[in-house]
Amino acid sequence: MSQKTFEGRIVGKSVAKVDALSLALGKPLFTDDIPFKNTVHVKMLYSPHAHANILDIDTSEAEKLPGVLGVLTHKNASQVLHTTAGQGYPEPSVYDTRLFNKKVKYVGDRVAAVAAETVQIAESALELIKVKYAVLEPIFDWDKSYGNTIIIHDEGEAKYLIPVHYDSEKNHVAHMDAEVGDMDKGFEEADFIIDQTVRNHYAQHCPLEPHISIAYFDGHDRLVIRSATQVPFHARRIVAQVLGIPLSKVRVIKPRIGGGFGTKQEIITEIIAAAFAMELKRPVKFEYTRKEEFISARTRHPMTVQLKAGVKKDGTITAMDMKVTSNTGAYGTHGLTVMSNAGSKALPLYHCDNIKFVGDTVYTNLPVAGAYRGYGGTQAALALEIVIDELARTIDMDPAEFRLKNHIKTGESSPIFKALGEGGEGHEQTVDSVGLSECIKFGANAIGWWDREEYKKKHSTETKKRGFGLACLMQGSSIPFIDMAAAYAKMNDDGSFNLLLGATDIGTGSDTVLAQIFAEVLGLEMSDIIVLSSDTDLTPFDKGAYASSTTYLTGLAVQNLAEKIKAQLFEYASKMMNVPSSDLKLGAKEIKHSTTNQSISFSDIGTKALYTDNQQQIGAVASELSKKSPPPFCAHFAEVEVDTETGRVKVLRYIIAIDCGTPINPKLVIGQSEGALVNGIGYALSEQFIFNQKGKVLNPSFGNYKIMTTTDLPDIETIIVPTFEPSGPYGAKSIAEINISGPMPCLSNAIFDAIGVRITEPPYTPDRVLKAIQKHE
Amino acid sequence: MTMKINLTINNHPKTFIIDPSELLIDVLRREGYVSVKRGCDEGTCGACVVLLNGKAVKSCILLAAQAHEGTITTIEGVGTRDQPHPLQLAFVDEGAIQCGFCIPGILLSAKALLDKTLSPTKEEVKIALDGNLCRCTGYSGQIKAVLKAAAVMRGDKK
Repeated sequence: MSQKTFEGRIVGKSVAKVDALSLALGKPLFTDDIPFKNTVHVKMLYSPHAHANILDIDTSEAEKLPGVLGVLTHKNASQVLHTTAGQGYPEPSVYDTRLFNKKVKYVGDRVAAVAAETVQIAESALELIKVKYAVLEPIFDWDKSYGNTIIIHDEGEAKYLIPVHYDSEKNHVAHMDAEVGDMDKGFEEADFIIDQTVRNHYAQHCPLEPHISIAYFDGHDRLVIRSATQVPFHARRIVAQVLGIPLSKVRVIKPRIGGGFGTKQEIITEIIAAAFAMELKRPVKFEYTRKEEFISARTRHPMTVQLKAGVKKDGTITAMDMKVTSNTGAYGTHGLTVMSNAGSKALPLYHCDNIKFVGDTVYTNLPVAGAYRGYGGTQAALALEIVIDELARTIDMDPAEFRLKNHIKTGESSPIFKALGEGGEGHEQTVDSVGLSECIKFGANAIGWWDREEYKKKHSTETKKRGFGLACLMQGSSIPFIDMAAAYAKMNDDGSFNLLLGATDIGTGSDTVLAQIFAEVLGLEMSDIIVLSSDTDLTPFDKGAYASSTTYLTGLAVQNLAEKIKAQLFEYASKMMNVPSSDLKLGAKEIKHSTTNQSISFSDIGTKALYTDNQQQIGAVASELSKKSPPPFCAHFAEVEVDTETGRVKVLRYIIAIDCGTPINPKLVIGQSEGALVNGIGYALSEQFIFNQKGKVLNPSFGNYKIMTTTDLPDIETIIVPTFEPSGPYGAKSIAEINISGPMPCLSNAIFDAIGVRITEPPYTPDRVLKAIQKHE
Repeated sequence: MTMKINLTINNHPKTFIIDPSELLIDVLRREGYVSVKRGCDEGTCGACVVLLNGKAVKSCILLAAQAHEGTITTIEGVGTRDQPHPLQLAFVDEGAIQCGFCIPGILLSAKALLDKTLSPTKEEVKIALDGNLCRCTGYSGQIKAVLKAAAVMRGDKK
């Protein structure tokens, strides 16, 4: 490989996660691990109907129950129209919800909240609330929602803060289109055309820790919210907005949080807890149960994606025409941006001059979709990688060779980058680090791709067929010209540093990765850095944990910050040693003279600067606005065995080869990759919401919503293909999301390779596969 | 109605006054053993696993009263910062801890296995951890970490 790579003293090393030992010791680090006296408990009453007007709510009996402290409904709660999406301001999500809505729009919509002395009392009180509904006919099929006579948001008040097409009369949440080249010409030039439609399904993030917030007032009567959130700064802003209180009166603290994957990018529990805390002046806890996670948190956007593509016999892709219908459920949170990302995080992957994207997001009376790892890229990859496979097969080219020929290469651009961004036009960019060819080659060798026909024959039986699948992926790293991240650091007496980050470590290891970058610049050990992140009173702003941005963007801010401090240290040492700064160099926790033995240690500088000489606080703040979004790339390879009698698909081996630029911490890279992968395999094979005819989720529990366990795992191998991203910190790009998007198409391709049956609607459960086999016969 | 239960928790004798309907997880968390995590309340996620008389049990589907006169280990009673248990060290070294919410339960399920055998096969490790969900890591590092800790505890040279 010609691309340079970077390995530093600490960057590129798998140092232990800064919080790992504390977590292994079971220290009280999570939201609910600190006891509060006199805590009030909250329970929520949810709509049993998918679509209904609330005619009346009578809470009088509930309020009389001893131990009940308050009840909130649409009658007495804040009526501020907002979005629960924790995005930058102005949000690219429609303002279409209130804390409680007079019209309920899905089974699981909020009707009333009870605050009580105990959870049990609150639960009993829920049963005493009498609600009169006028039940309306619902819409569940997102392909039939647009322009339907049933109108879900007929209150007529919803609006975007940004100029985006929105038409509630047509259940139309968002529209995006983009076209480059000449589509007619593209399809005319094609020797073959493939036109495929896929549909993905509802799924939940399943962080092991459900949503939770504890709100209380501190000694200065400021509202403090401890919250399991991915977006503490957005949470602070939205709480202040909805409750009509000054932002300066709100502090959001994110302790350790038990996973997020996107669902904690939503402001779900904070406002309710805060509203009761304001009323009761007591600590209030609102904690979701697992069931509530399934019925009333957020989900992946189910989409119908049609992709029509043309190819010449020589393997040139002549046209790609993608149509997306995205189902945002009952409310439009992330409705615009997930849909637009379906185009922008997939279409630049392959060379093609003529590309069209049309995306529409619609409401249905189903659970609310939101941000979910992969964020549109997952949905689009299902269509794109199936179609790419079929194009290759149509012209008798190996699917790996076809991808090697067509994928975007280092230094190239795609017109889609400019034509399609996140919720609007995008930004032109070249991709300056692409290790995808190597990913494909290494992955193919590792799984035995080139000899697979012989292998398949040898290992298949009459009813158990082996097959191999491949999928390639790209994502981004941050949202250009929108995302901003900041970091602050100060030096202590002993030469140690406090590193204060707005960035939100949700288990990803970002506190560690960012400390590694800081240590690399300043010649520090990890033990010299005390990381504190995500406290809106103490740390600088960061947009939060989403859009695969923290390593890349906050990493750049931290690198800038460390460089600023390095300059201060040189200046300070220069004065102390009475030599020009240019004669100095950085040593191990010291500044040394380049030629003499003269040096001054960081601990000397730290002590002297605070107490005796040239006194000052050595420290700085730095921030970074994202200017591009360099995609990470990866290749997924799977070997499956399909039982043609039972329809069972067994994944035997799964190999991922990934290009995330410089892997700042390889073991954390592997953890992020395999965690996403296993979630993706579960989504492809077993995870799904089962609805009854009234739109109620019938399987809201881990017992009935099957996520993978240790005994379900295939043999997994992760190959890191280091490249160097010139715009990233020490050459790094993102890795958080990309690998969740591979299994759906990769396994569809593997199933096709095994039995010649194309399945386009996951999950590939035995009954679905069997049906597809029978239909094919 | 209340009742009194005697437990030995992390080698300390304890007596608690409980409501007979209280679940073990609720009593343990109330008494400060907050490493016992609540992930599902139905005995499927394993975040609430504790060792009861040496066996890994899910404390969210066990009445506290059922543990009366029993010996309980929570992760607070396993290892210290200066002397972590080999399992804790191996999990840290293998990068097997991401958000960490599932980790106390997983470590205890693993400990129950290693208390029985220091030479488990990979398959046995997988089966021992099958009742513990982790959404962050994809499990491979955790399985590796358990095998590594077993090797350390056997005294294998590196």
